[in-house]
Amino acid sequence: MFKSKHLLGIKELSPDEINHILDTSSGFRDVLRRDIKKVPPLRGKTVISLFFEPSTRTRTSFALAAKRLSADDVNFSVTSSSVVKGESIQDTALTIQALGADFVVIRHKSSGVPHILSKILNASVVNAGDGANEHPTQALLDLFTIRSHKKKFKGLTVSIIGDIAHSRVAKSNIYGLTKLGAHVRVICPPTLMPAEIDKMGVEVFHSIDKGVRNADVLMTLRLQLERQSTGFLPSLREYFKLYGLTQERLGLAKKNAIVMHPGPMNRGVEIASDVADGPQSVILEQVTNGIAVRMAVLYLLAGVKK
Amino acid sequence: MPKELLDNNDIKRAITRMAHEIVEKNKGIENLCLVGIQKGGVILARRLAAQIESIEGMSIEIGALDITFYRDDLNTKDEQPFVKETDIQFSINGKTVVIVDDVLFTGRSIRAALDALLDFGRADNIQLAVLIDRGHRELPIRPDYVGKNIPTAFDDRIDVILQEDDTDNRVTLVSD
Repeated sequence: MFKSKHLLGIKELSPDEINHILDTSSGFRDVLRRDIKKVPPLRGKTVISLFFEPSTRTRTSFALAAKRLSADDVNFSVTSSSVVKGESIQDTALTIQALGADFVVIRHKSSGVPHILSKILNASVVNAGDGANEHPTQALLDLFTIRSHKKKFKGLTVSIIGDIAHSRVAKSNIYGLTKLGAHVRVICPPTLMPAEIDKMGVEVFHSIDKGVRNADVLMTLRLQLERQSTGFLPSLREYFKLYGLTQERLGLAKKNAIVMHPGPMNRGVEIASDVADGPQSVILEQVTNGIAVRMAVLYLLAGVKK
Repeated sequence: MPKELLDNNDIKRAITRMAHEIVEKNKGIENLCLVGIQKGGVILARRLAAQIESIEGMSIEIGALDITFYRDDLNTKDEQPFVKETDIQFSINGKTVVIVDDVLFTGRSIRAALDALLDFGRADNIQLAVLIDRGHRELPIRPDYVGKNIPTAFDDRIDVILQEDDTDNRVTLVSD
């Protein structure tokens, strides 16, 4: 069923493959609740992470996932490596493979870098975020979290709120949610709306009050402050006023709606503190589920016959 | 054409006998628990437990163990691994655990089950009950309780169809 030995994006996955990853993740979430949170299937395998962009939670989550599967996990630190001395990405990747990596987990600011590496490496390439393209494991952990609360995707309304244009998280989630049959709304200022978003099968809103009405899931996105230099927004205060998820707006969604955020949060920018810490928030659960989902991804990729 | 090896009544009698043997060997069921291996072992464990309970007049703890993460053939098989539920709600520390499976073949599943079980605690004693022992062991593993020994060729397939009750149960052999 699982055909590729790489995980490059949700776009390439079939609904069956996505469901298989989510089912396998449940097994690993049970493992993580035991006293001994470690199982042996990846013994002797090496996972090397190559992060060209800063990341704490994704890298730590992958590292823990690898360790819980009994793999060896090594972080190839880009800032202290030959990359700063001008080595090409291809050469860096081939070097890592020559070091004996079975998995290369990569994050890069340019879209498509994992795809290029998957063509030249024998190791399994796992995309941990490439530019504004995709962040598949984040979407999978979001899907897993939604499924554990809502049981199914058909008939579910998921509102994604925020900086859609710069968000690979949003894109991966839109692919995944629509493939599994959920109804997806995107809510954002016109300046942060990517071109041709309507072709992704989503409903577009520019008013948050309308967009969150009767939703089952409210997915807030981090406003990527580092990418806001070119005047997309008048000010952060204005953004919060118009698009921040407040308690009042949360009240417009369904009573049992859940609130999600991929982190790191800008409190008081895209989400109010009392909402982030409130009873409907599943934000920390997302983090915990992330390890189980990444274990499932590494495990299933290792099971693909080479 | 599948050949029927055991029918409903044969299976019922085998389970009854194994239940008696388990009780006899352990001198009662104090400190005893059953852990079925997903998937075939779980139903068998439940039926054994029901039988043991009717013999002893008290309930016995029972769990389900998925061994997928402990297998040694992750990328040598064509099919993808499917994870099933592990559900052991009690501590196995200091207990006698009877591992229950439907068919004992190479012994590799039992090796995996032993490894998995050791991660749950330190049992005092681990025993093995299987409905069918078809031979061809690849590891030094032997069962303590056997429903029926059936000589097979390595390529034969044994199908065990087990229900929660004794309505429609069968063991069949398919030879090439």
